[in-house]
Amino acid sequence: MNSPAIVSGHRPISVNPWLIIWVVALGLAVVVSLIGKENLPWAFKFPREWVIPISVWISDFVKWLLNEFDLGLFTFRELTRSIAWVIEQPYWLVRSLLSTGFLKGQGSDAVEIFPRLSWLAVISVVSLMGLYAKDWKLALLVGLCFLYLAVFGQWDSAMVTLSSIIIAVPFGVAGGLALGIAGFRSRRFELAIRPVLDLMQTVPVFAYLVPILILFGFSPVSAMIATIIYAMPPMVRITLLALKQVPSEITEFGSMAGCSPRQLLWKVQIPAAKSTLMVGVNQVVMLSLNMVIIASMIGAGGLGFDVLNALKRLKIGEGVEAGLAITLLAIALDRLSQAYARRPPPVHEVTSHGFIRRNPHLCLAFAIIAVTWAAGAGMTVMNAYPETLQLTTGAFWGDLVRSININYFDQLDGFKNFLLLNIMIPFKRFLLGLPWVAVVGLVALGGWQLGGWRLALLTGALALFIAVVGQWPKSMVTVYLCGLSVLIACAIGIPIGIAASRNERLNRIVQAAIDTLQTLPSFVYLMPVVMLFRVGDFAAMLAVIAYALAPAIRYTNHGLRQVPPHLIEAARAAGCTRRQVLWKVQMPLALPEIMLGINQTIMMALSMLVITALVGTRDLGQEVYIALTKADSGRGIVAGVCVAFIAIISDRLINAWSTRRKAELGLE
Amino acid sequence: MSESSKLVCNNVWKIFGENPAGFLSRHNNAPTTNNMAEEGYIGAVRDVSLSVAEGEIFVIMGLSGCGKSTLVRCMSRLIEPTAGEVLFEGRDLLKTGVKELIEIRRHKMGMVFQHFALLPHLTVLGNVAFPLEVQGVGRQTREARAREVIELVGLVGREGYYPRELSGGQQQRVGIARSLAVKPEIWFLDEPFSALDPLIRREMQDEFMRLQNVLHKTIVFITHDFDEAIRLADRIAIMNGGEIIQTGTPEELVLNPATDYVAEFTRGIPRAKVLSAGAIMGPVSGATVAGQVLVTTKIGDLAADIVNAGAPFSVVNKGGAIVGEVTRDAVLAVLVEKEGGL
Repeated sequence: MNSPAIVSGHRPISVNPWLIIWVVALGLAVVVSLIGKENLPWAFKFPREWVIPISVWISDFVKWLLNEFDLGLFTFRELTRSIAWVIEQPYWLVRSLLSTGFLKGQGSDAVEIFPRLSWLAVISVVSLMGLYAKDWKLALLVGLCFLYLAVFGQWDSAMVTLSSIIIAVPFGVAGGLALGIAGFRSRRFELAIRPVLDLMQTVPVFAYLVPILILFGFSPVSAMIATIIYAMPPMVRITLLALKQVPSEITEFGSMAGCSPRQLLWKVQIPAAKSTLMVGVNQVVMLSLNMVIIASMIGAGGLGFDVLNALKRLKIGEGVEAGLAITLLAIALDRLSQAYARRPPPVHEVTSHGFIRRNPHLCLAFAIIAVTWAAGAGMTVMNAYPETLQLTTGAFWGDLVRSININYFDQLDGFKNFLLLNIMIPFKRFLLGLPWVAVVGLVALGGWQLGGWRLALLTGALALFIAVVGQWPKSMVTVYLCGLSVLIACAIGIPIGIAASRNERLNRIVQAAIDTLQTLPSFVYLMPVVMLFRVGDFAAMLAVIAYALAPAIRYTNHGLRQVPPHLIEAARAAGCTRRQVLWKVQMPLALPEIMLGINQTIMMALSMLVITALVGTRDLGQEVYIALTKADSGRGIVAGVCVAFIAIISDRLINAWSTRRKAELGLE
Repeated sequence: MSESSKLVCNNVWKIFGENPAGFLSRHNNAPTTNNMAEEGYIGAVRDVSLSVAEGEIFVIMGLSGCGKSTLVRCMSRLIEPTAGEVLFEGRDLLKTGVKELIEIRRHKMGMVFQHFALLPHLTVLGNVAFPLEVQGVGRQTREARAREVIELVGLVGREGYYPRELSGGQQQRVGIARSLAVKPEIWFLDEPFSALDPLIRREMQDEFMRLQNVLHKTIVFITHDFDEAIRLADRIAIMNGGEIIQTGTPEELVLNPATDYVAEFTRGIPRAKVLSAGAIMGPVSGATVAGQVLVTTKIGDLAADIVNAGAPFSVVNKGGAIVGEVTRDAVLAVLVEKEGGL
């Protein structure tokens, strides 16, 4: 600072101006809180008559769409029906093939005209896919996962679930690809869809289940439409990224060879971007699986329905087995699609062979299918895994939980009550007692400091929206649950990340563990906590912590590892101890990355929080869930958008800080 | 320009910035470096005029960031120039429609890229046949043509390989074969050998000259390596800061560098390889001569003979008429200058 103070000979007293601003702002907030209760009641409780009834407008709009909107040639209702029809046809085909067999006639009079694929055939085919994509180890893993489905009596449900995944994934991939391509070709379109994507990825799924339910009815097709909408945004992003990453020379070559725009895209750019695009396919597969249970709320059936049903009736054993089935299905499909994505590029062939020699896996798969079909005519064992050989661990899980609850009830309950009374409830009361005016102001101030007036405007407006639609108290409950969960997740995750960055063996174990954790559908986390702690905020918080832990570990580990080695060498040469290197060199440099991890943790915590509405929280998630049961589109969407806005506020603030800090440190 | 000009650039500009066209017209199509710095524009190509004759190797030489890659992309309209004319066989490329441009690129242009730009999902054969494939040529025909050019660049036996299985030199051979598959009228090479090891680079330069002796293409060759420019060029254009500083034959550049910048490049060049007999010949003295050389013979090529012979050689032009005489001392002077290293 070359202020005049230097000229006059005095040392300038450099007080960060932001410090003063914050002190003043916080002081004002405290003043409002203290004197406001009587004088400014509107600052604490948003007056009912000020609430803008957006939710009513949305509900009316959806009703109008459905009942009156006419597109000229056809009505909106006809449009939704034809969309449903397009998705239903391939779904019917795949479900007949995998699950029901091809039937003629309706209901119980139906006659099977062609049987479904034998369980042996399906297991063989997926194993062969594993062998083709990678090696025998993957084949074995995938085969065993599917064998579990047969042995534990989950086959029929699993095949229903698998059918809907098999249909939803191509639609999600194709839709994401189309939007991504459109965004790649038109900068304007890209700018238009970016905020929509942000919103889609932060609005909880429950929120748009309601309009889908109303528009498409309670059916597997509705469930698939919800799944497709949920799984598509990452594919759009990855498509955009993948196409932008194609080396400019490759694109230039395509132009110079005289490709038409269409040829350039399909013959040059998309093949060159294939490996990145496959990562997107994997994402779509995983997100579709994540939706399995939620989608069963609007008619998906299959494993998701089994889990939900067991959860509602507190049938622990059944829930665990079906939940495990989803998990194993997820692991199998994840590993398979990853292996396809990472398949080494092709190698030249020494001599040319016939079709069979070139496609051994494919031919073998067809051979097995044909043999099992033929054999199935005579042997029922081919059609369904024999019931006498089925195993069940349902009773075991039930007994285990019962014995834990009997023997350790006091300890578990004491632990729960201690946390509830001393930390959770006081924190919740504190947040609920804050005047909304002050919170909106402070959020905007934070935006101003980190990203200038644009960010201030955005964060302030989003926070104000939450108050204006009348969701302030429920939002504060969301912030309280999410905030505490994230704090605890970071308190556990960051030290693990630090340890993993300093020890190779630990690192391998931790990596494997979080890879598996991230494959688990979010619902699966609910089961053990509900078993042990029953419903309520505490159980919800534990589930959220478990679900959101992975990014805190991953980013800390990654951030510390990417500190340039020469800086560490320099610190060592300067005589730093290992501890000093960590705290004085690595941590400050890794902090921006760690903050991004915390950001991810918050995002995941919020998405999980909505699901925990099922176990009885009283936050925005519950609001969305209630809207779902009452089929009230407006209420669900407004509450969902509030969750999204909380996510977007924290995401923008943290990202702004992280970007600035990285620039200051010269890391990017 | 002369009738044999294949490609002509007239006052081509490429300016990056918010509103380059407006900026250019505000300054009467002649903005100075200061104008650009003040208003935040970058002039990648500045008022370039040149003409490439039929069958010649025209090298554009400059250090990285001088705008040579942008210029060659303006010539093929991969980058849209801000202003100027690019005449290809007499018609302005910048005024052609999209369809016509695609037709021109399909049949008349070939381009080789610094990092090869091979399609990773296609075999060597597939890559080489690709430009024909997008034209809609049938599989039999295009693969037959592809095999011809693969043989031309010496890659027979590698047709079924994928790009990543090949060495850098082999990959660039594929790139060259691919650009020749459509029998282009003009051949753009954008630093084709810069990504290769020095030894391979040398080999590829020889290979390139061998090909050119067979094909006689009109070539625009981009390089940052002055030695390479000297070895390959019929004419060289030296670029700096987006402008062409000097255009001439290697010999002209070495003998009469227009600026210190050009002189700096030519300083380390072995003159015997650049200068020809015509550049150092004197008038006919009447002394007995030991032989005859062409005006265009390089000093390096006649040095051994003249030193051994111990007598002057007479210099003749293409028609066989004697136009001068070159002495042993004159040749030695050139060689010694080289040895002295300056």
